[in-house]
Amino acid sequence: MEQFAALVDALIYTRSRNGKLTLIADYLRVTPDPDRGWALAALTDGLDFPAVKSSTIRNLLKDRVDPVLWSLSRDFVGDTAETASFLWPEPLRPVDAPPPTVSEAVASLAAMTRASVMADLPRLLDRLDAKGRYALFKLATGGMRVGVSARLAKVAFAQAFDVEVDKVEELWHALAPPYAELFAWAAEGAAPPDTANMPLFRPFMLAHPLENTEVDLADYVAEWKWDGIRVQLVHVGGETRVYSRSGDDISATFPELIDALAIPAVLDGELLVRGSHQGGETGGAASFNALQQRLGRKTVSRKMLAEAPAFVRLYDALAIGGDDLRALPWSDRRARLEALMPRLPDSHFDLSQIVEAENFAQLAQIREGARDEAIEGLMLKRRDSPYVAGRKTGLWYKWKRDPLLVDCVLMYAQRGSGKRSSFYSDYTFGCWTADPDEGGELLPVGKAYSGFTDEELKKLDRHVRQNTVNRFGPVRETDKSLVFEVAFDSVHASKRHKSGLAMRFPRIHRIRWDKPAHEADRIEALLALVRD
Amino acid sequence: MSSAPHWIQPHPQGIYVAPADCWVDPSVAVERALVTHGHADHARGGHGETLATPETLAIMDLRYNTRAGAVPVAYGETLRLAGSVDATYLPAGHVLGSAQILLEHAGERVVITGDYKRRPDPTCAPFELAPCDIFITEATFGLPIFTHPPIAEEIGKLLGALAANPEACVLVGAYALGKAQRVIAELRAAGHHDPIYLHGAMERMCRLYEELGVPLGELRLVADHTKEDMRGAIVICPPSALNDRWSRRLPDPITAMASGWMRVRQRARQRNVELPLVISDHADWHELTRTVEEVNPRETWITHGREEALLRWHELHQRKARALALVGYEDEDEDD
Repeated sequence: MEQFAALVDALIYTRSRNGKLTLIADYLRVTPDPDRGWALAALTDGLDFPAVKSSTIRNLLKDRVDPVLWSLSRDFVGDTAETASFLWPEPLRPVDAPPPTVSEAVASLAAMTRASVMADLPRLLDRLDAKGRYALFKLATGGMRVGVSARLAKVAFAQAFDVEVDKVEELWHALAPPYAELFAWAAEGAAPPDTANMPLFRPFMLAHPLENTEVDLADYVAEWKWDGIRVQLVHVGGETRVYSRSGDDISATFPELIDALAIPAVLDGELLVRGSHQGGETGGAASFNALQQRLGRKTVSRKMLAEAPAFVRLYDALAIGGDDLRALPWSDRRARLEALMPRLPDSHFDLSQIVEAENFAQLAQIREGARDEAIEGLMLKRRDSPYVAGRKTGLWYKWKRDPLLVDCVLMYAQRGSGKRSSFYSDYTFGCWTADPDEGGELLPVGKAYSGFTDEELKKLDRHVRQNTVNRFGPVRETDKSLVFEVAFDSVHASKRHKSGLAMRFPRIHRIRWDKPAHEADRIEALLALVRD
Repeated sequence: MSSAPHWIQPHPQGIYVAPADCWVDPSVAVERALVTHGHADHARGGHGETLATPETLAIMDLRYNTRAGAVPVAYGETLRLAGSVDATYLPAGHVLGSAQILLEHAGERVVITGDYKRRPDPTCAPFELAPCDIFITEATFGLPIFTHPPIAEEIGKLLGALAANPEACVLVGAYALGKAQRVIAELRAAGHHDPIYLHGAMERMCRLYEELGVPLGELRLVADHTKEDMRGAIVICPPSALNDRWSRRLPDPITAMASGWMRVRQRARQRNVELPLVISDHADWHELTRTVEEVNPRETWITHGREEALLRWHELHQRKARALALVGYEDEDEDD
């Protein structure tokens, strides 16, 4: 655990990508199995210990530290695990046991139940110093926050053992922590695990935003960017799986799709629910808001299946009938996908149509004039692009519609977490219920955490500190003098919010230091944009 | 009714001593000021008369040219002020010249700590405990998460990084008054006698420390040397220069920062610090609470810092305390 804790801290303080790669690769080379496998799982967010949650840590500490001092400390540090690692009381008598190894900690964490965790976790903690406790908490609750993506960890693995990172990605989803076969293959030269008959997730191909660039439509094809969730359907060996963008298996949430795909294939598409918003009155899809009620459910009622039936609008085919199509140009894959469509039930599948345009200027007009409010924009795909994992420059672009804008007033601020810890970086803003000169009041309409630079964040933080009129625990109420131009993708009716509205992807577009608060927009301006 | 004496009055701009018509560490120019130490949030120019230790006066003179109206007060010396107020300056252990101010009037004793620490520091006189009725304390690191490690550990980390990177240099961000000289003096005490390179903004204060009797060994200016000269050396700069273009003249600097805030990982990350050194010139949580217990005042007043947590500690220990909400003292994101 000491080496793992040292790795975690070193990663936190290392800025450069190469520095991080070297640190992880060195650790993976010298650390024995299965410790290094568990560590790799922790870095790729592949561990889950149901009995240990952030709330467990909080409760454990609140039994030992005054709750007020705990809250003030947590608020200042901005990280539960780190705060707890500092405040955990050292045992009265030194514990006569060495720090646990990573494997021992993992085994012990996995064996804990909700009933036993409050007694078992302290026994591990008492054997560690503050750095070790921090690493243990991070290991136990996931989300390492060390500035290492799953991808970077895999690149480091490939670098450590001089293997192809694409091959690592390919095998990754067939294996489970601590990845003994993966290390056996990469480090010891054993044969790679056989994945031919497994319903494996393939990493998605992603797009870069199109910014200040034009593309030639002779080389690129345009498609609508539908507003649902991107999924991958895999059918092999009689089994079907639905994977989300992050590779999570969400088959149980959408059981109707399991039976619908009965042909060996790997398909990429947008999961939507039936409605009239996206792609026409009949056979169209509802807004994202309607889809949202189906997400995150472990079981689905019959009623829900009937009221909000899911279907997939297909973009691409990665494999059909055992043929891996990923190396083929997009146009060949598209032809194979079109040929496949008659064999798929149209109750659950349709094809994302190509948007035809003479030239880029005309395409821009089509994008502006898109009638469906819920369409996010256009995708531009190179006709000869193979299907490759991740974002490769120049192959696919997303060309989102211009966002909607509204002027709001900053009302409340809260400190951020992670690299924004201590900065007031989470803002709640509101619009006027009526003309402020005639008794109108501000009503919160949304929250945003992004859209500003680090320099602007410092200024906003100062503004909040200098213009606080009230404190409610960690929340500061400001004097409501600052106007934000807020950008958002769409706005929907919502019963959960006092304003009756919920914005999608709100972010700070501009900070209007110059604009008086009473000139901000009224709620009606937002209501007029609702398309449910 | 409060048991607080009416002759000592906290105002947003400082603490007013009514019978003597003078202010302690005022944030605006006043006729007569008692100043605890030379940091900018406590010592400001423009007062009619400034009562402070000779070292603090020398520091203020260097920074603000405030020779006019300077009244030196030695540690332990008691001054009789107007209105039968006695003022005694006692070492605070914060930086060179830093003092707590003990005020006595009508049988009551009030101690104003300014900033202080209890750890040994080769560059200044150690904190002296003074029993009193009203203890007016800072709370910069007034949260239980703040435990400053022994400085030898942190100096060890710094020297370890230096030894492991002989082709590079270690660039240490340190506050120009106090922290920089303490780090240098501790490095010397740890047996590091190589030349230490300084950012131009550090030079005058280091020279002043030496004139006032704090030896710092061989110091060189970065501006006078080449990249090659500085390989394997320690370079000290103000925190604001750490990520500045200025540092491009250095050989592959490893960025370090000496500050109590470095205890919190994300604070170090926000400043792009690769080698956080938890070195503070303020009392940590345990020093703050232990000092209150040892001084055992009737009431504690908290000037600035994380006052909520220290207030809570007083409540938990059935001690009386209040927060003063003075303006202009350190904001929590300051470097020191």
